[in-house]
Amino acid sequence: MLNIERNFPEYAVPGAKQVRFEPYADNGGSVVAIAGEDYAVIGADTRLSTGFSIYTREQRKLFQLSERTVLGATGCWCDTLTLTRLLQARMQMYRHEHNKSMSTPAVAQMLSTMLYYKRFFPYYISNILAGLDADGKGCVFSYDPIGHCERSNYRAGGSAGAQLQPLLDNQIGLKNMQNVTKEPISKEKALATLKDVFISAAERDIYTGDSIYIMVISAAGVQEEKFELRKD
Amino acid sequence: MSILAYNGGAVVAMKGKDCVAIATDKRFGIQAQTVSTNFPKVFRMGPTLFVGLPGLATDTQTVQQRLKFRLNLYELKENRLMGPKTFSAMLSNLLYERRFGPYFIEPVIAGIDPYTQQPYICNMDLIGCPNEPEDFVVSGTCSEQLYGMCEALWEPDLTPDELFETISQALVNAADRDAISGWGAIVYIIEKDKITEKHVKTRMD
Amino acid sequence: MTSVLIPEISSPGFSFENCQRNNLLLQKGFPAPKAVKTGTTIVGIIYADGVILGADTRATENTVVSDKNCQKIHYLAGNMYCCGAGTAADTEMTTLTVSSQLELQRLHTGRTVPVATAATLLKRMLFRYQGYIGAALVLGGVDRSGPHIYCIYPHGSVDKLPYATMGSGSLAAMAVFEANWKPNLTEEEGKKLVRDAIAAGIFNDLGSGSNVDLCVIRNVGPAQYLRTYEEANVKGKKQGSYRYNIGTTAILKQRVIPLEVESANVQPVQPMEVEASASH
Repeated sequence: MLNIERNFPEYAVPGAKQVRFEPYADNGGSVVAIAGEDYAVIGADTRLSTGFSIYTREQRKLFQLSERTVLGATGCWCDTLTLTRLLQARMQMYRHEHNKSMSTPAVAQMLSTMLYYKRFFPYYISNILAGLDADGKGCVFSYDPIGHCERSNYRAGGSAGAQLQPLLDNQIGLKNMQNVTKEPISKEKALATLKDVFISAAERDIYTGDSIYIMVISAAGVQEEKFELRKD
Repeated sequence: MSILAYNGGAVVAMKGKDCVAIATDKRFGIQAQTVSTNFPKVFRMGPTLFVGLPGLATDTQTVQQRLKFRLNLYELKENRLMGPKTFSAMLSNLLYERRFGPYFIEPVIAGIDPYTQQPYICNMDLIGCPNEPEDFVVSGTCSEQLYGMCEALWEPDLTPDELFETISQALVNAADRDAISGWGAIVYIIEKDKITEKHVKTRMD
Repeated sequence: MTSVLIPEISSPGFSFENCQRNNLLLQKGFPAPKAVKTGTTIVGIIYADGVILGADTRATENTVVSDKNCQKIHYLAGNMYCCGAGTAADTEMTTLTVSSQLELQRLHTGRTVPVATAATLLKRMLFRYQGYIGAALVLGGVDRSGPHIYCIYPHGSVDKLPYATMGSGSLAAMAVFEANWKPNLTEEEGKKLVRDAIAAGIFNDLGSGSNVDLCVIRNVGPAQYLRTYEEANVKGKKQGSYRYNIGTTAILKQRVIPLEVESANVQPVQPMEVEASASH
């Protein structure tokens, strides 16, 4: 069939204009998490931006949910705030009901459910959850915006996720290498790799930079560290 | 979807100490369907001159042939080899001529200047804006992954053997995180007295 | 047969041979990919003894940095340079074309080409292409009538200003100029002001980054191109080294092509005597 707008654009008449509802913002930022035998480390950059401008260089994107669980969230910042507030409320309800705090896999499952609950109006967030499981082993859970959940040992997400992930595959997952002994990754090696992937990402991703906060989760509790990145 | 990602593929080039390397994957596909696992995207245009043309496969081949034609004409007229810098200027002009109807390729050039023996790398966007950095250049559907790898792995003054390991690991790990690149890889190490072509073992999925 | 004997002589100007095919692809849902843009902060000011141009050095492809140290201050003639923002290839090629036209003009007239000539050539070229050549330029130079700064927009309109900014970081840079520019700045003050303006763009605009390039063009004497005037950002120090042991990568097969290294016999070419570009 002849379509006037396509074939004779000069004869097209302006019709009804559809006003679109665009409730999402992309505020950038990246998260990396690595799990070891008895620890987990998670880092996120501190740049909050939109388009070509920076809102702040000092925004923490890591949320300590319990003494052994930390959530890293990037994407639409208002969704992050709402989701983490709901998450904290539900964790408190759990604590009051069961008189203990939630285990990391339990938080992981609840987060998945909460994300899927908004299947057709999702939270536009890239979530990565890191912590210790019931056996004290490190674990990392990664999500898509509508609640698909996957447990792994290392994961990168956010605006520079594509740049960060292959190096983790190589250095933490020891992929594509001959003559290497597969041994557990030490905490020092995990921290060094995490900083290095962020240095690389800050070079090439305009939404990643300024500095990173790193949280190290072990049986002793959660330690926090700050590391500077380039500021342009 | 971008037409540049219709067939898939990735190329990366790196500078080392008195050597350069250029690496490519071997896949040719039509969107998600893999058609061939031995499709050349990197071409040897002179003794120490290589060009990689990832992008739309039909343009890869057209541009390669047009380049070879212009290169041969130059060599017949001038009776000397074309240096890599001249070659990239020629390619840049070829692409910018089609500014308003471009070829869908993002080329990578790697070579050693036959007269000064200087290593040279360069990449361009699809309308021929050249970029000649001191470290590495990437192109193709997994360029983001390649940037991440190369930024971490590359160091100055790598020997040919070290350069091979670095560029192979960069390409293979990056291509593994891209659904439409991979299926084998070829690495060319270019030195002033020899060229080493190595076929790297990769995942085939 | 004749096509074999007579090589293809490409006609000058743009070729539109791929347009029909590309439009077909567009209709099938494959939009034309984006070219490299220079998100860019570029500026120029007039100071007491001439003009100072400044630029950052970042080129971006969407949200990825494609060149960390690119040159955005382009040579036009001995007495004028031109900063380019917008589509990287367009700024590069437009300034190159105009630069050659200016050189021909100089040889033809035998005198320093006025800056207004360059501005006119640039605006005519951009106007002819109705904004499809995406070049936003800050042109600066000196001639017998003094120092000049021109702002040239992609559609071909021109501003003549004492201080100008362009690119995605133009607001950040202009804020610095509006606060601190005054007539008859000294060279040191001028360089600092331009540096500050570019730095404002580098740090506050995500499309701009890396280093500060400057170019000082004085009323007398040759232009001074200060490439990497300041390295505003350096790459972070890596914690570990990622050198692999030889043999880490699995090889299926390999082939070595030996090359005969001929003793290169290069005869130095004596450049033809031409009068210097910036003659006063």
